[in-house]
Amino acid sequence: MLTLQFLPYSEIEPLSSNSRIRKILNLVRENKIVLMEGRLKPNEETDLIQRTMENLSKDFKGIELCTVYPNVKDKFLKGLLVNILIGDRTGLTVVGPANIVKEIKRDPNKILLLTENVRRKRKK
Amino acid sequence: MIIRLRDFISNVFYKLFQQRKSLKLGIYGPPNAGKTTLANRICRDWIGEEMGSVSKIPHETRNVQQKEKIKIKHKRKELTFNLIDTPGIATKIDYEDFLKFRLPQKEAKKRAKEATKGVIEAIKWLDGMDAVLVVVDATLNPYSQVNLTIIGNLAARNIPVLVVANKIDIRKANIKKVESAFPQYEVVGISAEKGHNVEEFYESLFRLVK
Repeated sequence: MLTLQFLPYSEIEPLSSNSRIRKILNLVRENKIVLMEGRLKPNEETDLIQRTMENLSKDFKGIELCTVYPNVKDKFLKGLLVNILIGDRTGLTVVGPANIVKEIKRDPNKILLLTENVRRKRKK
Repeated sequence: MIIRLRDFISNVFYKLFQQRKSLKLGIYGPPNAGKTTLANRICRDWIGEEMGSVSKIPHETRNVQQKEKIKIKHKRKELTFNLIDTPGIATKIDYEDFLKFRLPQKEAKKRAKEATKGVIEAIKWLDGMDAVLVVVDATLNPYSQVNLTIIGNLAARNIPVLVVANKIDIRKANIKKVESAFPQYEVVGISAEKGHNVEEFYESLFRLVK
């Protein structure tokens, strides 16, 4: 069974970068696929990868990460103002544990989630 | 005293000038995109030696490697830089993936452990780069999150980027797709292994650091 955990922007907005990453990683390590409203900052994305690497173990092989966001070229100024006022909540970030999510394909505005057949794997 | 002071000042200025002249050119990208193959191509072309070993097994480069003061010339222009080849950035590393390449389990585990450290090291080096070549495999989907994360990070740090679409000698390669994935950056298609389109690559490199 797959668990999809929705993380609204209001829940991560008040958190520091460190706490955001910790929250996402904690959920992923519970074998949940996180659907986060909005995006992490670029430095937070690399921090997430770095922290993932630091936490790799026999049971935690890493993450699959994907971000989709609308093309807002035409609404640049409006988008910028909204981002300044309420934060970058446009788009969706998907983070899943690598032992469950084999691959996330972004092509470019849709997400394809390829999951591992856990039952078959266990039988082996 | 005045002479000593003059020498000191000129020495400081000389060092400052020298440091600015040798810029740090980083090579980033996912594993197996051909980063070290490109580094070897540049090093062979201009200093007659290789940078590191290449392999079909991912994460062959597991430490940041550097060649200092590479001087390249192109159409009467000259450029000196320190070339920094970094380990492939990945979001997951599983030693079992290396077993598929018939590596013994002990070696596979060691490789996975070193690769993990390599990813962390590569990310830490991002801060010090003056310009970056992001190498992507032109035969694969360019919309991978690793590519987007690297480029997003470099953009946030205002570091100039040249996207190198590698492996254009393979029929499956699709430069148009790479260009449409990164419309705000110059994309140059090459085959680092076979040496296809290398002249155009060097031209783009000069434009990157002008």
